Amino acid sequence: MDVSDFYDTFFEEATELLEDMERLLIELDTNAPEREALDAIFRAAHSIKGGAGTFGFEALQNTTHRMENLLDRARNGELALDRAAVDILLEAGDVLKGQVESYREGVAPDAEAADRICRVLQRLAEDEAAPATPAAEPAAPAAATAGDHAERRLDVCITGLRPGEADALAGELDLFGTVADRRDDADTLALKLVTSVSDDDIIAVLCFIVDAGQVRITPAAESGPSRQRLRLTLTGVGDADRAGLIEEVDLLGELTGERADGDTLILDLISEQSIEDIAAVLAFRLDPAQIAVEPAGPDTDQPASGPAAAPAPDAATGDIERPSPAGAGNGAERRRESGNAESTSVRVPTDKIDHIINLVGELVITQSMLERAAGELDRERGEALSEGMSQLSRNARDLQEAVMSVRMVPMDFAFNRFPRLVRDLSAKLGKDVNLETRGGATELDKGLIERIMDPMTHLVRNSLDHGIEDGPTRIAAGKPATGQLTLSAHHEGGNVVIGIGDDGAGLSRERILAKAKSNGLAVSDDMPDEDVWQLIFAPGFSTAEQVSDVSGRGVGMDVVKRNIAQLGGHVDLRSRHGVGTTVRVILPLTLAIMDGMAVRAGGEVFILALGAILESMRIDESAVRAVTAGNHVVEVRGEYLPLVELHSVFGITDAESRLDHGIVVVVTSESRRFALFVDELIGQQQVVVKNLETHFRKVAGVSAATILGDGSVALILDAAALSKMAAPRHRGRAAPAARTVPAESVSHE
Amino acid sequence: MNDTIVATDTDQREVLVFNLGGEEYAVDILKVQEIRGYANVTRIANVPEFIKGVTNLRGEIVPIVDLRLKFALGTADYTEQTVVIVLNIGERVVGVVVDSVSDVIGLSAKQIKPAPEFGAQMNTAYLEGLASVDERMLILIDVEAMMTSREMALVDSLDAATA
Repeated sequence: MDVSDFYDTFFEEATELLEDMERLLIELDTNAPEREALDAIFRAAHSIKGGAGTFGFEALQNTTHRMENLLDRARNGELALDRAAVDILLEAGDVLKGQVESYREGVAPDAEAADRICRVLQRLAEDEAAPATPAAEPAAPAAATAGDHAERRLDVCITGLRPGEADALAGELDLFGTVADRRDDADTLALKLVTSVSDDDIIAVLCFIVDAGQVRITPAAESGPSRQRLRLTLTGVGDADRAGLIEEVDLLGELTGERADGDTLILDLISEQSIEDIAAVLAFRLDPAQIAVEPAGPDTDQPASGPAAAPAPDAATGDIERPSPAGAGNGAERRRESGNAESTSVRVPTDKIDHIINLVGELVITQSMLERAAGELDRERGEALSEGMSQLSRNARDLQEAVMSVRMVPMDFAFNRFPRLVRDLSAKLGKDVNLETRGGATELDKGLIERIMDPMTHLVRNSLDHGIEDGPTRIAAGKPATGQLTLSAHHEGGNVVIGIGDDGAGLSRERILAKAKSNGLAVSDDMPDEDVWQLIFAPGFSTAEQVSDVSGRGVGMDVVKRNIAQLGGHVDLRSRHGVGTTVRVILPLTLAIMDGMAVRAGGEVFILALGAILESMRIDESAVRAVTAGNHVVEVRGEYLPLVELHSVFGITDAESRLDHGIVVVVTSESRRFALFVDELIGQQQVVVKNLETHFRKVAGVSAATILGDGSVALILDAAALSKMAAPRHRGRAAPAARTVPAESVSHE
Repeated sequence: MNDTIVATDTDQREVLVFNLGGEEYAVDILKVQEIRGYANVTRIANVPEFIKGVTNLRGEIVPIVDLRLKFALGTADYTEQTVVIVLNIGERVVGVVVDSVSDVIGLSAKQIKPAPEFGAQMNTAYLEGLASVDERMLILIDVEAMMTSREMALVDSLDAATA
């Protein structure tokens, strides 16, 4: 097994740790920071550093190291984290995210950003350190944080130098200890350094002149004092994992002994890595509770005394839960606590889950085929079978539900991104805003959560920018100076309702109407409020006059509405002038299952999303009016709706063409309504949505496909596309057509 | 399936032989996922006639192409004997309808000769070559090139750059 096999795990874990860190930083009460929170932030930085070090992600390691130093001092009360400091740490977190992303994509991380944030962090450390060590030399603050390292001999090699830099670097290094054996070779500087300062701190200082990537520090050959003999006791290790673990441990130092006892693996290691770092690295493979790392004997700084040595005390093998002695315990213990939630979960790629969902879907279909076949048997022989069948049907459905639930994640995944956004944005806008989230445990399909982020971000920005007023205005309006933004989520029937509410100024009816009139939309002054609010979702309802740095950057509410419609959801909006605005996004629980209506045209069955259907009715031929040659409208309750005949669009020859022989379904999509003519409605059913483009390609008028109870494929209609596909009646090619009667102008939601 | 499979050596490969309009064609056996009957195909509107539609292959929605229609060979009727060869092309799966499937044959590299300029029915770009086995001549099809081509209209034009 190769180390690179662990990369993905590391990236995922690092991303999660960074998210945790960000959340904790935002929640941090700068006046009275909780030790626990500071510890957790420190641990996150530390774990990332450990992993980055193992995998050789130098930039990531350096930046986290800088952060870690700061955080360590913060949690020891040596440094106060004010808002500005938290801002810097958040920014550093962003840089780290960028670096993780770069490494994941296999490109070099942005050295400039890393360099800059390193400097900023360094400055922060220095500013704070200055009073504590007033006589410090320029390089000393870094050294001061280094801890009590014994003197070591190091080989320092710096490459890619520009002229003149070598002397400056040598000068800097001289401040750390004794420089010897200096060799200059073209653009390379190599020297030996005897110092008590840690490698990281040396690099930190050199970073003012060169990039971390240019510096290589290795212990000089005869070094040794910092090497320690460790005993690693790993429990619950399966045969399959053993070789990989041994290999990985071997990378951490010199492996002097290995012993397996059942599923317990005992490794003796001589390493320069700290106990915590080793535990952190192994934590990518094992649960923290499975890992115990201890110094192997009292003589920890003795260099390697031979591979055969060191039979460890027997106690170490059996007694894993025993608190480890000395410093080792702290790290392991803490990780154990934080790891508890993890130990009960498994990380699974979504495509594996989708595959299982597919198989279960198949199972359900096979089951219903069997059920049908069993129903045709004569009663006597069929009875036992049909009993079994109904049992199977229940089991299959339960199984399907259980599998679907695997894809579900709590809304907190989405909500957790907003504290940062709100914090940054409200600071930028000079508004004081309190964010509250409710119902974060409400579960939603993972795919949906990812795709709802953009619309939600847009709505939150809108609320902050246009909704919530600034402090003085609020006080003048008799409201508390701090604005309130509420994100909520709850289940309602088969849907999830996500609310984005503010207690701001509310929408202005007059301004919207004025705007609508100037845009040439047909509006009247006595329209009900709900219809007025819907106007802001109309395409072309420009937000130009509201453009600011924060929102209204050419992305209108119509885009929000369209994006949500693509997810099978819809938006409604409630607002009261002076009191606030609440936008509700109503989404199906999952993209994978849809409530549909099966409709028939000729011998073909199609599925129409139930949510898109307003009503259905029989209509007389006389209700049809030709607008232009290929365009017809039908009059439904005094309203003219464009007519789309399913059989014309899809060229179905054996279908009804007389309106009074079939049925007209009033379909709504993107606030456009049209009348869809089909032969008959077959019935309502839940369908599993299948992508048509996996093996085929996009088909006009069709959004996806599903599999019916008899195992055949039915196409799911794309209402939005169909509305634009009105074909000439009775025969001919489907052609997009311009309508002369705008349906929007008379719509009543 | 009466021919025995020739034992494989290093430059040996196996092909599935099928009939189309009196000629014998062959595809690399490694591209063949399975062979099944023609049933339950849902028509797709506004596509070329040779794309019969899509079918449910264990939960996947897979297009079905009738090569008899595509190359105007044989008679395109659909009975219980109609055969669909399910091919794996990269990540995609496609079913092709042929007259019949005859056997699996092992071919060595020297049995395969480059294809001459051919009739108009099949673009030579889709042909890997011709192979003679005893008295028979097999036309080796490069299914990958054929199924991703623009004229097959199976993939969105963006992906069809290989055409």
